[in-house]
Amino acid sequence: MYEQISRNKWKSAALVVFFVAFIFLLTWFFEQLTGWGRGGLVLAVAVAMGMAAVGYYSSDKIVLTISRARPVTKDEFPYLYNVVEGLAIAAGVPAPKCYVIEDTAPNAFAAGRKPETASICVTTGLLEKLDRAELEGVVAHEMSHIKNYDVRLQTVVVVMAGVVALLSDWMLRSFFWGGGGRRRGRGRSGSGAAGGVLVLVGLGLALLSPLIATVIQLAVSRKREFLADASGAMLTRYPAGLASALRKISADTEPLEAANKATAHLYIVNPLRNLKGGGGGLNRLFSTHPPIAERIAALEKM
Amino acid sequence: MGAFVVLLIIVGAVAVIAIGMYNTLVTLRNRCDNGWSQIDVQLRRRYDLIPNLVETVKGYAKHEREVFEKVTQARAAAAGAQGVKAQAEADNMLTGALKSLFAVAEAYPDLKANQNFLMLQEELAGTESKVAYARQFYNDTVMKFNMRQQVFPSSVIANMFGFKPREYFQIEEEVAKGPVKVQF
Repeated sequence: MYEQISRNKWKSAALVVFFVAFIFLLTWFFEQLTGWGRGGLVLAVAVAMGMAAVGYYSSDKIVLTISRARPVTKDEFPYLYNVVEGLAIAAGVPAPKCYVIEDTAPNAFAAGRKPETASICVTTGLLEKLDRAELEGVVAHEMSHIKNYDVRLQTVVVVMAGVVALLSDWMLRSFFWGGGGRRRGRGRSGSGAAGGVLVLVGLGLALLSPLIATVIQLAVSRKREFLADASGAMLTRYPAGLASALRKISADTEPLEAANKATAHLYIVNPLRNLKGGGGGLNRLFSTHPPIAERIAALEKM
Repeated sequence: MGAFVVLLIIVGAVAVIAIGMYNTLVTLRNRCDNGWSQIDVQLRRRYDLIPNLVETVKGYAKHEREVFEKVTQARAAAAGAQGVKAQAEADNMLTGALKSLFAVAEAYPDLKANQNFLMLQEELAGTESKVAYARQFYNDTVMKFNMRQQVFPSSVIANMFGFKPREYFQIEEEVAKGPVKVQF
């Protein structure tokens, strides 16, 4: 278990480093091809961060509202509260607030950018269909997202994906408008064949990079799911509980009405899985969660 | 002059690293204390719930006096126990007594449907798992703290400032896993 957690941390860190390197590469082309120079990067980072800041500070409220989650008291759901409080003790974080979605489809997610203001949200279906050991497994998974600052990491990754998208967008625009930018750029990088190749590569990169950024963003998301499974199992010391919960949740065919594309990546099991086809290569590359079978296999190996 | 500056930088860097290690050790020591008091908080909570539970059951099953006495005695013993081993034994006694109380409750359908009783039962189950998690957190923290004191180079700092390794909260295997006898 310990190795799995540290391996997951390394992989997430490596992905972020790769992302930063990718942005620098893109900026280099950007500099070569447009007249904006480094100012372009600064501007792109500023715009993306501004957009992310709003999301960062109010994302939990937005997510809870659009998921139609309602805050509940301990008197209403003593069972849920006891499980959440117990695992907060195990994780050494303050007990998060509890929210409930009135829906028979079993699922759960965590929100909040730091442990002190975090919330855990479960559906009423989850409370009905799982036994105590399974519910503890699910709550431990969400507690790990909170403890590992996954919301923060996701925000950083989303900002970087945003920077890439903006940069490539601007690169494409300066191509099509054929303005002074390109002429100046060519003047710097020298004319002739070399310049032509550079333009072609830059154009390709500009077209492809938002796609690459999305793929990386989703890869980080999947890594964090594995990490939360592993460290959740560390909290309960009972991987079989979470494994059995994942089996039950994924076997359930009821749709979760309050979930949509924007919030799907937050849930413990993708609530939109029933709408998609099988787990083929491309499908897998663009999914927010690793396949359930792989997650269960990893838990059973612990 | 150049050599002096280099020396100064090296000494400064070593000092910064040493301060960092010392602070980590202090943080972990505080976390151990905090973990220990968390166990205490949850144990108290468990003891506080029991009189309420006994009263509720009494309302339905007056003549089961023997069981009530056993629970009350076990609770008093557990609340007054000193030392880790005595505490573990007393807690085990209490768990056994509570089991026989719930076994008695099985015979009274009205009691089993009582909202207050169900609430207390859930609270007790929740508190028991919180005690277990608090112990687990304490032991994890002690492990980190002790490891810091043993591995080089922070072991040097730990020795210098007299940090002492903590004891794990271990429940004696036989006591914890032994069969609980339920007598009627």
